[in-house]
Amino acid sequence: MKIPLSWLKDFVEIDLPINELVHRLTLAGLEVEEAQFVGLPLPVGIIEGHTSGDRQIETNVTGLAWDPEKIVVGAILEVMSHPDADRLVLCRLDDGAQEHIVLAGGPNLFPYKGKGPLEKALKVAYAREGAQIYDGHKPGNELTTLKRRKIRGVESYSMACSEKELGISDDHEGVIILDDDAPVGVPLADYMGDVVLDIAITPNIARNANILGVAREVAALTDVPLKEPSYEVEWSGPPLEGRVRLEIHHPELNPRFVLGLIEGVEICPSPYWVQRRLRLAGMRPINNIVDATNYVMLEIGEPLHAFDFDVLVERAGGETPTILTRLAEPGERLTTLDGVERELDDFTVLVADSAGGLSIAGVMGGAESEVSEQTTNMLLEGAAWNFINIRRTTASQKLSSDASYRFERGVHPAMAERGVRRGLNFVAKLAGGKIAEGLVDEYPLPPVDSTVEITPMDVERWLGINLEVDEIVDILRRLGFSVEVDGQVLHVTTPDHRLDISQGVDGQADLIEEIARIYGYDRIPETQIADRIPPQYGNPRLEREERVRDVLVGLGLQEVVTYRLTSPVREMRIFPPEAPPDDRPYVRLANPIASDRVVMRHSLLASVLEIVERNIRIRDRIALFEIGQVYLTSEEGDLPEEPLRLVIALSGPRSLPAWQGSDLESMDFYDLKGLVDEFMTTLHLGPLYKPMEHPSFHPGKCARILIGERQVGVLGELHPKVRERYDLPERPVVAAELDFNLIIESIPESHAVEPVPAFPPVLEDLAVVVDEEVQADEVETLLKRAGGDLLVDVKLFDLYRGEQIPEGKKSLAYSMVYQAPDRTLTDEEVSKVRARVIKKLETDLGAKLRD
Amino acid sequence: MLERLEELERQALTELEGITDEAGLNAWRVKYLGRSAELGVILAGLRELSKEDRPAVGRRANEVKLNLESTLQTRVEALRVAALERSLQEERLDVSLPGRKPILGRIHPANQTLRQIYNIWAEMGFQIYLSREVETDDFNFGLLNMPEHHPARDMWDTFHTTATGVLLRTHTSPGQIHVMRERAPEPIRVILPGMCYRYEQSSTRAEIQFNQVEGLAVGHHITFADLKGTLNAFARRMFGEHVRTRFRAAHFPFTEPSAEMDIECFICEGKGCSVCRRSGWLEILGCGMVHPIVLRNGGYDPTVFTGFAFGMGPERITMLKHGIDDIRYFWGNDLRFLEQF
Ligand SMILES: [Zn+2]
Repeated sequence: MKIPLSWLKDFVEIDLPINELVHRLTLAGLEVEEAQFVGLPLPVGIIEGHTSGDRQIETNVTGLAWDPEKIVVGAILEVMSHPDADRLVLCRLDDGAQEHIVLAGGPNLFPYKGKGPLEKALKVAYAREGAQIYDGHKPGNELTTLKRRKIRGVESYSMACSEKELGISDDHEGVIILDDDAPVGVPLADYMGDVVLDIAITPNIARNANILGVAREVAALTDVPLKEPSYEVEWSGPPLEGRVRLEIHHPELNPRFVLGLIEGVEICPSPYWVQRRLRLAGMRPINNIVDATNYVMLEIGEPLHAFDFDVLVERAGGETPTILTRLAEPGERLTTLDGVERELDDFTVLVADSAGGLSIAGVMGGAESEVSEQTTNMLLEGAAWNFINIRRTTASQKLSSDASYRFERGVHPAMAERGVRRGLNFVAKLAGGKIAEGLVDEYPLPPVDSTVEITPMDVERWLGINLEVDEIVDILRRLGFSVEVDGQVLHVTTPDHRLDISQGVDGQADLIEEIARIYGYDRIPETQIADRIPPQYGNPRLEREERVRDVLVGLGLQEVVTYRLTSPVREMRIFPPEAPPDDRPYVRLANPIASDRVVMRHSLLASVLEIVERNIRIRDRIALFEIGQVYLTSEEGDLPEEPLRLVIALSGPRSLPAWQGSDLESMDFYDLKGLVDEFMTTLHLGPLYKPMEHPSFHPGKCARILIGERQVGVLGELHPKVRERYDLPERPVVAAELDFNLIIESIPESHAVEPVPAFPPVLEDLAVVVDEEVQADEVETLLKRAGGDLLVDVKLFDLYRGEQIPEGKKSLAYSMVYQAPDRTLTDEEVSKVRARVIKKLETDLGAKLRD
Repeated sequence: MLERLEELERQALTELEGITDEAGLNAWRVKYLGRSAELGVILAGLRELSKEDRPAVGRRANEVKLNLESTLQTRVEALRVAALERSLQEERLDVSLPGRKPILGRIHPANQTLRQIYNIWAEMGFQIYLSREVETDDFNFGLLNMPEHHPARDMWDTFHTTATGVLLRTHTSPGQIHVMRERAPEPIRVILPGMCYRYEQSSTRAEIQFNQVEGLAVGHHITFADLKGTLNAFARRMFGEHVRTRFRAAHFPFTEPSAEMDIECFICEGKGCSVCRRSGWLEILGCGMVHPIVLRNGGYDPTVFTGFAFGMGPERITMLKHGIDDIRYFWGNDLRFLEQF
């Protein structure tokens, strides 16, 4: 909401420096997003502060300062034609010091061309030679300095400015023609310099989306009285009674409706000061009637609507018109002011007459009954509407207006009458006419203005500050609340311009907020919680997750965090093209914003592979992991399970290339297996691996990962057909996907530590020849079992096929570590164990010792 | 014989002085101290000398032997030192050649910031509570004092799912209701981190998914002053001991009074720059006293209990701290970005 300071001062004295005002408003929840200086000097650096020390302005500052020496009020005395340019005129202009001949192109001067000396001089914004203004012909705000030059043979060094050239608005249609009372020769900044504060209005302070509302806040914050506007009407016509009838069909949707009539208005442009205020507040002036209704809306927050009364009488066949508010009928249509014919919903409230709809209540008028250049008699509407219904209507019609912006946030019904009263006066002021005496006012459902009881104890309970009764009363009264004091208890009644104060303890919270805002958040002390410490629960699941994250990082893996929204097509890429589609139901968006992010993912592997794909262009070696949710729903519509998965992906050379030489072999199944194994062993999980087939992986290079009997994941080399579906080079990508919830559940609470051996081990190698079909882990398991306690470690160090080994056989060589915790082993003991192991190998696996 | 010994000694020592390498020393050792060397022969032949000559020659021969041995030892040591000296002079690396790069894993920057936030709050007695991402309309809005058609719902651009009343949470605040209903009437101090979603075209400033960390304290006497003290303590831990903060009135439907906490812009030191939109302050988190309606919906009597809540964005904090100007870096996962943390 754009608030011109000059307008604000109609309702409240402001002697604070602008930076202080910005600061106070911002802290009180009326955040000043921008301060636009219109003619007044812009603040530079630190400004001298007011009460709380020097402070720089805490907002974005924009605007143009008008040099008081060079930009002044001028008076055009005569408009003459240019000798050889039709679209230019020459003006004889008095700048208070002397007369000048000024070249001008504003079409609004043409009507005065060649009329000789003007009866009434035209007051303009005159910029002298050397003045800095914006270039009116260029887009945006580009500074230019007025220089002496010849245009079409006529010397020019100064000009009468447009609003755009002075940074008032974007309007460059013609030169500014000021009101007649503008004093010639006076610096323009003194006459009409201003600052426009752009204030963010949050929904809870919608009552402040107007000048009066902000003025009330300033008054309360700075403890000066609010200059309440007058709602007295200067009746000047015959009584209104009997000339228009009013019916409200749904009081809960339309609790109040007020009409006033003004006859004999003359439609013309508004005076310049009205136009300027509207423009500074962000509205375009139209004509005096429309401007008057907009002006009152901006000023006190009640949207008004003007009807051409004669059109209504005509629609009523010359009889007394009846205005009624009702729900739209099935299939009913209305053409609104914006020229769109709209099909109305059954919840849309219409302002109508006997002939049909006139306007969509609280949102937009209809085209037919709108005021026009020919209007002489005008019926003015001020009403109150149910904010939820207005909101439904704007959402459904995809239509919003300055009126609906206010009504859908709630406007107190008391404002309807005030709006009409102020509107009638203002229309009469701008457009003349006689105000018919009295209003037609239907008020079937007045709201109850809540009364809340509150004590200083309550204030302490919420805010932690001790305020006296008097202080609280003072703050609330400054905001317009009426307060009755009964000892320590305050009975606080809500003023009839706001709807946001509830009853009971909820109402207390509403009042506490007001007290805190006006008292000042910055004055509330900082304390540490003194309340008792709650029972401690911790979060073992997250603690374990963090532990796992550290282990994975320690293994040299880079963590990634990917988008959880994806599309089924994207996820299908983790299967070969001929694989059956994933027909599990997805959590699907009703309103996706991009076609490739329409469902919550099923597969973390798919997410991570996209990151591999993305990075493989910039890095040969990739080693990533992610821990993240997938979203599994059994039935579309249910809230899904959100289990965690862990994915690890490796691709590229085993080590980084180096000038000294390094291992640049592609990482393969065993790199990943070693990593998964180390990861799980570190977490004391004791994994097992069994071959398996999985559509995403190479059928011969894939294993399930088990903890005991339970499968917790799968690891393998990506199926070449899957790899081809991604933009990946032709080298292996190996990946593992684990059920992370199972992993963290399986991590033991604690584990016992083995003592460090005190006696030396006996080391020896053992090579055995077995059938090709025998799995390595069978041999190892058997070695360990047969070896007993004294064989403490077995490691495969060589796998050999070829010369000296018969066809269909392979040689496995192990390094064996024999050790006892309490003594140094003798050769005899070791050879006993060895003999036992060899025997077992021979009998169980048909193995032969290799010599 | 004695003269022969003198001469032998002289000759040996002279020769030794001229030797500069190990091979020479070995040859010298064989020649003068070896088993078949002259000195050895003399010592072996002592027995054959006359009784008168034997003691003098024997003593002298042993003296010569010891002298030659110790001189050799000195010489060996000198040559070793010289060789070391030489090698120290000669072995020069090009220290500008690159070292062997170890392979390092890293935690994603968003999770690094989350951890930092967890740790600070843990030390202040706030434990972590997690809740779901796919939520009901009721938990995301209704129970948080935003009934249907409430204008405040406009503050959140929401992804709805095809299931009626099911949406992707727009904030971690639904967790407030979950944890309250689980714990009531015990006092609560928790943080609620997690991923949230926003119906918004992703741009340098906005993402469709983002982490949030919500905080909640509920008790018998928790005040706005406590909120200020607690959040200031957090800010000092997160942004430095001397950070200046301010609390500004704001609006959230689920808290009242509500505030935004700003910290003085550390980029311009409060002078005003483009990052702080010339205000000198950076918005860090939203907070406030838990609204009585929300307390009631969580199972707490608002005439007995009060509480405060707050919410912050770890990605935004990370961006401010590191001068990151595009939020899309986070889930883009370009290694050239990730490897900088
Ligand atoms: Zn800054």
